[in-house]
Amino acid sequence: MTETVMVDSARAVDWWAVVKEAAITAAIGLALTVIMVGLRTVESGGGLIIETHLTEVAWFVVLVFVGRAGMALLRQGVAVPVLVVSLAVAVGCWFVHFPSSVLQLLAFTAGAVLAIRALVLARIHRSPLSAQERDQRMDRLGARFQDAARYLGPALLAFAAVLPLLPFADRYIIDIGTLALTYVMLGWGLNIVVGLAGLLDLGYVAFYAVGAYSYALLGSYFGWSFWVCLPLAGIMASCFGLLLGFPVLRLRGDYFAIVTLGFGEMIRIILLNWYNFTGGPNGLTGIPRPSFFGIAVFERSPPDGVLAFNDLFGIPFSTLQRVDFLYYLILVLALIVNFFTLRIRRLPLGRAWEALREDDIACTALGINRTNIKLAAFAIAAMFGGFAGSFFATRQGFISPESFSFMESAVILAIVVLGGMGSQLGVVIAAVLWVGLTEFFRDLAQYRMLAFGLGMVLIMVWRPRGLLAHRDPTLLLHPRLTARQRQREAENRA
Amino acid sequence: MIMPSPVTRSQPGGPALLEVEHLTMRFGGLIAVNDVSFTANDREITAIIGPNGAGKTTVFNCLTGFYSPTVGRLTLHGANGPVLLERLEAYRIAQLAKVARTFQNIRLFQNMSVLENLIVAQHNKLMRASCFSLAGLFGLPIYRAAERAAIEKARYWLDQVNLTDVADINAGNLPYGGQRRLEIARAMCSEPVLLCLDEPAAGLNPRESAELAALLCKIRDDEKIGVLLIEHDMSVVMKISDHVVVLDYGCKISDGSPDHVRNDPVVIRAYLGEDDDDVTASEVLAAAPAVTVTGGRS
Repeated sequence: MTETVMVDSARAVDWWAVVKEAAITAAIGLALTVIMVGLRTVESGGGLIIETHLTEVAWFVVLVFVGRAGMALLRQGVAVPVLVVSLAVAVGCWFVHFPSSVLQLLAFTAGAVLAIRALVLARIHRSPLSAQERDQRMDRLGARFQDAARYLGPALLAFAAVLPLLPFADRYIIDIGTLALTYVMLGWGLNIVVGLAGLLDLGYVAFYAVGAYSYALLGSYFGWSFWVCLPLAGIMASCFGLLLGFPVLRLRGDYFAIVTLGFGEMIRIILLNWYNFTGGPNGLTGIPRPSFFGIAVFERSPPDGVLAFNDLFGIPFSTLQRVDFLYYLILVLALIVNFFTLRIRRLPLGRAWEALREDDIACTALGINRTNIKLAAFAIAAMFGGFAGSFFATRQGFISPESFSFMESAVILAIVVLGGMGSQLGVVIAAVLWVGLTEFFRDLAQYRMLAFGLGMVLIMVWRPRGLLAHRDPTLLLHPRLTARQRQREAENRA
Repeated sequence: MIMPSPVTRSQPGGPALLEVEHLTMRFGGLIAVNDVSFTANDREITAIIGPNGAGKTTVFNCLTGFYSPTVGRLTLHGANGPVLLERLEAYRIAQLAKVARTFQNIRLFQNMSVLENLIVAQHNKLMRASCFSLAGLFGLPIYRAAERAAIEKARYWLDQVNLTDVADINAGNLPYGGQRRLEIARAMCSEPVLLCLDEPAAGLNPRESAELAALLCKIRDDEKIGVLLIEHDMSVVMKISDHVVVLDYGCKISDGSPDHVRNDPVVIRAYLGEDDDDVTASEVLAAAPAVTVTGGRS
């Protein structure tokens, strides 16, 4: 694929090859969907009858044919016609009545992706870059982003801090912000194990659950305050982290991941079945709400002898006060995790984690006790998971094992991996994207997993190391260069 | 066929640093190392040579705790009295006995900067200084001073191996020779009393090999530590070693000064085969300085 092919767009397009390729793909699509989508068993009367959905199959096959033909044409350098058609499809699909909304989503996504690719092709006017060049360009972009991140981080923080005061911030926005921050906190916590220490933990939600149930049980059985239970929940989760840590430390890679996955499920199933203690599938209700640091409560008419928050400050009562307080609480908790991680990266413990991720045999040869280092990573990450869990419990007022399914672990892990392992800002962006997109596409909730998988695949294809995979050295011998300059230097050297 | 050859040379270096006695390592039915005994002295470079598969790296792995030997005693006479290496876990050997090693296939922390690689090597000292991260988290002066000292030590070794300019780039982006040198610098940053190098000259060009030889002599003379060296590049081995141990099929076949080993008929036979009477080993081992002699069994 040389420049001449692109410049000379009048060059004959090999239509036969395009049609053949598209037809083969469409045939595969047909073979896959004709049974799985085309035939459906429906209960009718006392028996099952088979319902056919051949229109959906036909739509699908046509979409696949057109899409594949577009891809093939792009490869042959035909950019503008493909751009026009794919844009038309992406826009038009909102106005055409599709037999099912998943087809609509598919048509839109495919149209949009093709349009973007065609646009890139038409603009650059040359062949698609080689994988390495593309990677380098993304690295450069990442480096530029890293430089910008120095301002972006504080800017995001300032925005997060004033969000509840902004005029458009209603209860819905604050709730979403709280949810996003919970994921940010969990992502940052898991980042310690996955991003820094390089241990693939598929059961992180177990510690989240331990934290949540610790607070829920201590709070409702003993009536202890949230502020006493928060550290206790952290310690409890941390102990569970150690408990899990000991047996799995000798495992590596895939085996390790599978055991953590099993551990996460074990915790969930214990919570589900230990009916007398945890309430089983009914969960725990009436979990005490947090007080304003034990001074005042967020209630309109508090019991005798207890101060109400609004009276403390002499302002009128509003249900938003508690919501805002919870928002700031999770913001502070998340920032503690962030501060800790940024700090520990520059300490021997953090560097040992990263060294362990790079080469654990070399670590041993340097006298680093792998067991202790890994256990520390596990315990600390679990502790933050526990904090987040007890926050979750106090915010919801109700918890049940359903909230701690494997899906949650997968989402947290996806946030860390998509954001760029080890990148604090990447986690924020991925968490906000995840929560934001989930809310935005609430109508398509049943296809959430589909979109989620698609997003994963796309990011892994385009950016295998995550959105912002750029690691800054933790200490420098020479004066500081910007990440961009360093990137350029590394490229020159390579 | 195996004749233990007497150690003929008086030892000008320090006292015995490492004593290997009757070391045997069995993997199932395979005997990788068979009853090997030798001594490595302080302030000396002891080379272990032998054809491919002779068991050299296995000896290293036993010494540094990656394997636990089937039979044998490995005594290290460090500053705090003798330590029995075979009883320690791998990380304790590096931590307590102060034995540092490099690897045949380079094992750097690729995505960490060159400087960070050297700081990680000082992990235990810094960990204590940071009170297991507590003093570090709050940025207490006691930790900051320790970190400055660690950076100074790293800078010293970067100067020694000529990597100061590239201290802030990722170790994985260094050229091959630089990675080899960095691995040695990293081992030295852990303040060892015995430095074990597994084929440090592999893949280096003649100029780099000569620089490496000079660096190893400097380490021996300036740092006053023992160096144990596995190497195929005879130009390096014969020039800088004070003492050479030859292994073949897991057994020690010769032990002595480079000159002694070079003329030992058993060694000649191991490298060149039985019937090559016309060539003397000294010719072969000395003639081609940069040529790597790798297992010329016939």
